Amino acid sequence: MRRGKKLLAAAAVLLGFAASNAQAADKELTLCWAAWDPANALTVLSKDFTRETGIKMKFEFVPWTNFADRFLNELNSKGKLCDLLIGDSQWIGGSAVNGHYVKLNDFFKKEGISMDDFLPATVYAYSTWPKGSKNYYALPAMGDALGWVYRKDWFARPELRKEFKARYGRELAPPKTQMELMDIARFFQGRVIDGKKRYGVAIYTERGSEGITMGVTSALYPFGFKYEKTPGKYDMDGAVNSPDSVKGLEFYKALYDCCTPPGHSDAYMVANLDAYKSGQVAMQMNWFAFFPGIAKDPDVGGAKSGFFVNPRQKVEASVLGGQGISVVSYSDKKDLALQYIKWFAKPEVQKKWWSLGGYSCHKAVLNDPAFPQSQPFAADFLKAMGNVKDFWQEPNYAELLQAMQKRVHDYVVAGKGTAKEALDKLVKDWREAFEDAGKL
Amino acid sequence: MTARDRTSLAQKAARATPEPVARRIRGLSDRALAWLFISPTIILLLAINIFPLIWTIYLSFTNYHANRPNMNVRWIGLRNYQRILGSEDIWGYLQVTAHFVFWTMVLQLLLGFGLALLINRNFRGSSFWTTVILIPMMLSPAVVGTFWTYLYQPQTGIFSYIVNAFYDFGPLDMIGSVKLAPWAIVIVDTWMWTPYILLLSLAGLRSIPDYLYEAAEIDRANAWQKFWHITFPRVLPFLMLAVLFRGIENFKMFDMVAELTSGGPGSTTELVSITLKRAAFESWKTGYASAFAVILFVTVFGLGNIYVKALNRVKR
Repeated sequence: MRRGKKLLAAAAVLLGFAASNAQAADKELTLCWAAWDPANALTVLSKDFTRETGIKMKFEFVPWTNFADRFLNELNSKGKLCDLLIGDSQWIGGSAVNGHYVKLNDFFKKEGISMDDFLPATVYAYSTWPKGSKNYYALPAMGDALGWVYRKDWFARPELRKEFKARYGRELAPPKTQMELMDIARFFQGRVIDGKKRYGVAIYTERGSEGITMGVTSALYPFGFKYEKTPGKYDMDGAVNSPDSVKGLEFYKALYDCCTPPGHSDAYMVANLDAYKSGQVAMQMNWFAFFPGIAKDPDVGGAKSGFFVNPRQKVEASVLGGQGISVVSYSDKKDLALQYIKWFAKPEVQKKWWSLGGYSCHKAVLNDPAFPQSQPFAADFLKAMGNVKDFWQEPNYAELLQAMQKRVHDYVVAGKGTAKEALDKLVKDWREAFEDAGKL
Repeated sequence: MTARDRTSLAQKAARATPEPVARRIRGLSDRALAWLFISPTIILLLAINIFPLIWTIYLSFTNYHANRPNMNVRWIGLRNYQRILGSEDIWGYLQVTAHFVFWTMVLQLLLGFGLALLINRNFRGSSFWTTVILIPMMLSPAVVGTFWTYLYQPQTGIFSYIVNAFYDFGPLDMIGSVKLAPWAIVIVDTWMWTPYILLLSLAGLRSIPDYLYEAAEIDRANAWQKFWHITFPRVLPFLMLAVLFRGIENFKMFDMVAELTSGGPGSTTELVSITLKRAAFESWKTGYASAFAVILFVTVFGLGNIYVKALNRVKR
């Protein structure tokens, strides 16, 4: 009898413990994103949310190399890991069509959240499907674009400036065109500065995920590359492989061949950062998301580094990065997740987000007269976001991306065939993909 | 344990068995009991091996995409197989894989067997050196691929430094060069798995009875004759077994190469397993990837069967 009472008491304690754990788990949200500097900023920012609402935040951050694999798998298998997901802009089509994301229109209406408060380019790219429609599947969370960083201190050296002017007939300054970028890269390639050999430029050449596609499009877009002759018609022949596109691809290959450090054949964000911070290169391409860290870096930060927007050639264009924050439809805590979205959309939260290193897309932040001076790269960020172009956002974007990764890496890094052949093969791959998807 | 102990143990077990269970077991034959014991394993095998294989074969005839659950899945017959077998790129990847498998086998056999011959002579410190040589094999392939990217760095990597100590080639871009990258992955795999061949060869060498060599001594056979007529034929089945295991492993090699080169530069080190992973889990062309997996399975199974027949002939 006594033993029975002891057992009952132990069971009651265990049940109480389990119940309190379950209750605690109910007031907890998991936010999934990539593991990078802005994610760290978001964990700091989210403490305010927890203080205001009592809802604890858990985070699931995955390195960029595995980010798409990990979370697309999670969504496709209707996993319940993520309540909130800051997914890539290219996922919006597939996630909307396949029901992975909650449509937010009713919620926005109920809570008085207006998409007019956000930069139109970011609403278009991060939130809407079909593109440009009024169907919203994400709140713009992290504005981003591909920009450039350069060694301002090297550019300021009188002997280098004199030599550059003598050779090219203009001042050594951030380039205004893609061809000027190539000139500067060639100028620094192999040059000995402070006793060490330096190289021109660190660009994206990564094969595994999306790196080289992002890099190549930063050259293709300014040269006039288009995905379709007529938007929405998938008439790619003559657009993707146009003479302008061929020139753009040839330019990127020439830049890779002439002006990158040895061993830079599979480089993405971190490799470019390493090459720049270790003093190997005069310029690097990278996402604006990294620029706060570079500006504060003890070795290359402060007055040593400057920033410039992706140079034009025929047109002004920058590669769109960035993400929106979505509520995962398989989550059991959609109500709590929507509370987070409501909180995140507040102008004061967005201002703090920018101050912590996140790239707000809210007009209250970006239209502030003091914004361009708030950081050394802020004005360039505004300029970039005014002319961004994104990759396909179709539901089968992953297939389209992998095809481009293969074709451009084969040409740019492995030197296989010509630029025209690479783009012709890419058109064939994409046509096959769209036929499979029933779009052609 | 005596017969008496076994009987008392059996009696204890019988007393401990609940009556409903005991009643059921009493009626079973030995054969039925045997099936009862192995059925969990069979169910597991069916669930993990057989069912996925049959399901993959079915999917290979459809247009299924795992990332499009709302899509109409249609039977498309042999279209996936036609696309794969008609693709220039796929034949390219098969060529890359064949190059990798062939050269890793040749180098690992030569080095592994050679090292085994050396280590088989008992010298001072042979156990220590055997252990040191085995270390690469104990590492994770993904870790090996990752740290070799640093060793292969043209500016700071030790590989380029060591090679240039012999001859000034300048900074060697092993991973970024179209000509060198296929050899870069061969070198890493050889470094990692030669110890495996060494172990199997050593087992073969140590199984050769001494009296054979003594008899050869009496017949005044020289070192080469002893090797060719005694050592090599006796070790050959072990070497062939090693080739079979390593060949199968390298045909499906993924992690080390994915970490080292991601299949680049371009597609110069893109092994078929990397292509398969990309098709299945990056492009989400599940039906297409299933067809490719079936083709690879049939290839390995077919080649493996032919090889095992040859191995059995050698053993006889």
